[in-house]
Amino acid sequence: MGAITAAGLPALLPAAGLMHDPGAAGRFGDYGGRYVPEALMPACAEVEEAFREAWADAGFRRDLDRLLTVYAGRPTPLTPAWNLSAELGVDILLKREDLAHTGSHKINNVLGQALLARRMGRTRVIAETGAGQHGVATATAAALLGLRATVFMGQKDMARQALNVHRMRLLGAEVVEVTSGSRTLKDATSEAMRHWVTCADEAYYCLGSVMGPHPYPWMVREFQRVIGEEARAQCATELPAAIPDYVVACVGGGSNAAGTFAGFAGTAAQLVGVEAAGGAAIAGGKVAVMHGHRSYAIQDEHGQILEAESVAAGLDYPGIGPEHAHLHDLGRARYVTVTDAEVIDAVRRLARSEGILPALESAHAIAWVLRAARDGELPRGATVLITLSGRGDKDTTTLMEIP
Amino acid sequence: MSTVDTVTTAAGVAVGPRLRERRDAGRKLLVPYVTAGISADWTDFLTAYEQAGADAIEIGLPFSEPMIDGPTVQEASERALHRGATVPGILADLRRVRVDVPLVVMTYYHLVARDGHARFCAALAEAGVRGLIVPDLPLEELSELEQAAADAGVDLTLVAAPSGTPSRLREIAARSRGFVYAMTGMVTTGERTELPASAAEFATRLKTHADLPVLLGFGVSTPEHAVAGAHAADGVVVASALMRRVLDGAGPADVGAQVAELRAALDAAQG
Ligand SMILES: Cc1ncc(COP(=O)(O)O)c(C=O)c1O
Repeated sequence: MGAITAAGLPALLPAAGLMHDPGAAGRFGDYGGRYVPEALMPACAEVEEAFREAWADAGFRRDLDRLLTVYAGRPTPLTPAWNLSAELGVDILLKREDLAHTGSHKINNVLGQALLARRMGRTRVIAETGAGQHGVATATAAALLGLRATVFMGQKDMARQALNVHRMRLLGAEVVEVTSGSRTLKDATSEAMRHWVTCADEAYYCLGSVMGPHPYPWMVREFQRVIGEEARAQCATELPAAIPDYVVACVGGGSNAAGTFAGFAGTAAQLVGVEAAGGAAIAGGKVAVMHGHRSYAIQDEHGQILEAESVAAGLDYPGIGPEHAHLHDLGRARYVTVTDAEVIDAVRRLARSEGILPALESAHAIAWVLRAARDGELPRGATVLITLSGRGDKDTTTLMEIP
Repeated sequence: MSTVDTVTTAAGVAVGPRLRERRDAGRKLLVPYVTAGISADWTDFLTAYEQAGADAIEIGLPFSEPMIDGPTVQEASERALHRGATVPGILADLRRVRVDVPLVVMTYYHLVARDGHARFCAALAEAGVRGLIVPDLPLEELSELEQAAADAGVDLTLVAAPSGTPSRLREIAARSRGFVYAMTGMVTTGERTELPASAAEFATRLKTHADLPVLLGFGVSTPEHAVAGAHAADGVVVASALMRRVLDGAGPADVGAQVAELRAALDAAQG
C-alpha cells in the first residue's frame, strides 16, 4: 500500500485543539452555539449537564460499551474492497457501519442518547428522521430500554423509505407525518423541535446528527467517535503506513463523517466529506442560523433556506453540522459533492464488485472515490478509508424505479 | 409626524413609552399580528388594526424555517414567501404607510444576522419599525443585537417562557425593551380552544420581576382568552386566530372587526 504523499500532509495545522470539547457556548470557531427559543434553553442546558456528567462517568461508558458490543455488534469490521481496489489502482478499506445492528451508524449515537435519556429520568424520546435509519435506531433503543418513541418524518421520505416506516412501527414507535415545507428532513427537524417545546419536561430529544443546539453537535460526534477510533486501530494493523492517505465519508448533517474524522483529525490523513450536489451546504451555501446552530446552508439571495434535492433521503438536507463548517474554514477537511447519477452508479458498482449493497447516502462516499480515482486526483496506490455508513436494503424500491 | 416618503432617521412610534403610558392609564394592551407580504394589500391590515384600537402591531417577517410557529403562521409565512415577500420589499412597503401605532417586527435570527445587526436595525428604524422580537435568539447570544437595536432606537423585546428559572426570568425582564413577551405556556403559536392553564400564573410570576408591560401571547384566540390573559398580564398578543381568518380569505375590514371585538371585550372587562 502507498506511503503518505506530500500532498497528504496538511501542513497548516496543529492537531491539538481539533474536534475537542466546544466549551460552555458550544462553539466550533464561529459556528455552533445554541439558537433556540427561550422555552428550550433549560432543556438544552439540562442535556448538556447530563451529558458532561455521564461522559465523565466510567459506569456510563461501561454500559454504553457493553451495549455497543453485545447489542449493536461492534466493533464493525474493516473490509478491503479487493475487487474495486484492483480495478481502480487505489487501496480501499470499507468501515462497515452497514453491519451494525439496524443497518447503519445511527445506532451508535442513539444507544448513547437513549442511555442518557434514561439516566435523566425521561420516559419518552422524540426524534426526526430522513432516511428512517435514525428513526429505526431510535425505535430500537426505545424498545430495548423501555422508552416510548415518537419519530417525525417528512411525507416525501415516508413514501420513499416506506420499509423503514414499517420497521419503526413494528418496533413500537409512533411515526408522525410532516407535511410542511419540502416534506423532508429539514421539515421533520423543525417539527421535532416544535414538538419538543411542548413536552421538554417529560421527553428527551434524540437528535440524529451533529447538528442542533449545543450540546448536540458535540455529543453526537462523541457518540460517533467510536467509528473513527475503531477504524484508526484497524488501519494500524491493516496498513503498512498505519494511517490511510484519505478518509472519506458522506455528509448529511455529518455524524458518520464527524465520528470518522474524530479518529483521524490528529493524523496526516486527508479528510473528505461528500455532500449531495442538491444539498451542498458548503460548496453552494452561506452562513446561516437554522435548527439551533450557526453553520452553512443553501439559501436564496434573500436568506430563505432552499429545499435540498437528493435521491438519498438522509442527505436531502440544506445544512451541515457546525463542526464541519469549522473544519472547512480551517482547511482541515474538504467538502465535495457528487450527483444523483454518480451515486446510483456507485451503488451498482459496489454491489457487483464486492457483494455489498450500500445505502444511497453511503454511496456518495464511494462515488467520490470512483471519480477521484478515475480523474487521477487519487494517486495510484493511495490508501483510502471509506466509511460505509449504512446498508442499502431500505433503498431497493427507489433503485428498482431507476432504469 | 413627517409625511415624506423617504425618512433617514428613526421614524415611527416608539414602543416602550406608548405601551407604558397606556398601561399606566389603566388600559389593557392589545397587540394584533400580521404576516408581512401575505397579500398585495397587507399594509391595509395595519391601518385596520390601528382603527380597531391596537396599542401596537406585531409584523412577522416570514422565514422559511419558523421554528416556534404552529401550522397557521407556518402557512402564512409560506404563502407570503411564495408571493415573493422579502425583507427589503416589506420594509419598502412599510416606508409608504403611516400609522400612529408602534410597529414591532417579529422574525428569526438568520434574517437579522445575515445583513449585519446594525444594518438590519437601522433599516427597521428607517421604515418606522421601533420594536423587534427574535424568538430564536436567547440571552446567551443576545449582546451584539441588543447593542445594535439600542443604537438604532429599536426596542428589542425578549420572550419569556414558563420553563425559565427565576434567574433567567429576572434577566429577561431586566434586558427586555418595549415590553416583555410572556409565552402563555410551553406551546408553539397557533389557535387554541383553551388558553394554556399556565398563562395567568406565569404572567403573575413574571410581573414580579418586570416594570415593563407584560403581554401574554401564543394561542390567545378569543375575546374570552384575551380578557382572561389580560387580567393577569398587562395585555395580549393575538396572531394565529387573526391569520387563520386571513388565510381563509378575510380582508383587512373583516379582520379589523375581529380586532375591534377583542378591543371591546378588553375595555368592557376593565369596566
Ligand atoms: C446510512 C446513512 N448514512 C448517512 C446518513 C446521513 O447522516 P450523517 O451525515 O449524520 O451521517 C444517513 C441519514 O439518514 C444514513 O441513513
